Amino acid sequence: MTTHLLGFLALNKNGGCKGMDYIYMITDDRMIISLNADLDHHVADEIRGVIDKIIDERGVKHIIFDFSKISFMDSAGIGLIMGRYKKIRGIGRIAVVGVNPSIERILQISGLHKIVKEFPDVAHAIKKMQEAKV
Amino acid sequence: MLKNKMHLEFDSKSENESFARVAVAAFCTRLDPTIEEISDIKTAVSEAVTNCVVHGYEGKDGTITIECTTQEDWVTVLVHDDGVGIENINKAMEPLFTSKPELERSGMGFSFMEAFMDELEVNSKMGYGTTVIMKKRIGVINK
Repeated sequence: MTTHLLGFLALNKNGGCKGMDYIYMITDDRMIISLNADLDHHVADEIRGVIDKIIDERGVKHIIFDFSKISFMDSAGIGLIMGRYKKIRGIGRIAVVGVNPSIERILQISGLHKIVKEFPDVAHAIKKMQEAKV
Repeated sequence: MLKNKMHLEFDSKSENESFARVAVAAFCTRLDPTIEEISDIKTAVSEAVTNCVVHGYEGKDGTITIECTTQEDWVTVLVHDDGVGIENINKAMEPLFTSKPELERSGMGFSFMEAFMDELEVNSKMGYGTTVIMKKRIGVINK
């Protein structure tokens, strides 16, 4: 397994950030995207292209959305997650972590919680995803 | 509580969506809302403003107007654009309906406005724009 810790030097090759709205890290076929800005239409538009490019170019199959630093998501976030779910359906999984009560309500009302796994933090998500692979 | 009113006008740009919802939420804090109520208002305003940017002006230049009133324990938020208008409001308000699936719109915008606010009214005329009026009573749980 190739693991790349997120660091300044690693950012160019295996991770990246733009305007600090988000930071991503890639490990093997897994991408962790940590949001630093509330997930609305503006931020969703910014992230969508980046994730899709990485899925296509780096063979990413599993995506973990880390919401631990944000407190707000609207229906644009639903669209973003649904779109990535459709893209990797059959080959990978999507997980969300660090979800606060406000975002949890959005996930519940939209029904997204039925197709996306939820974990308390990134470590739990990685562990469960690795177990599922075996 | 006496009536209080504020008026916002800003460019139809996606980066203004966060400004709009935070400004309305800040204005409503005088009613002493819970965190959940503030979150509800922010979501509804964000959906309404995003609709103006994406559907009303279709990503082009335009001006979005918000009028927010607090009176007694009610918040009223009016969000208006002078954009293209909605051809069929009933259809647009159906859950999961979107006229722009290519933009990954989830079709949940009006559903969220209805779910998170107590009243929702949508007025629109093709070629003249759309006005959304949302009302929410604050502090219902504690009264």
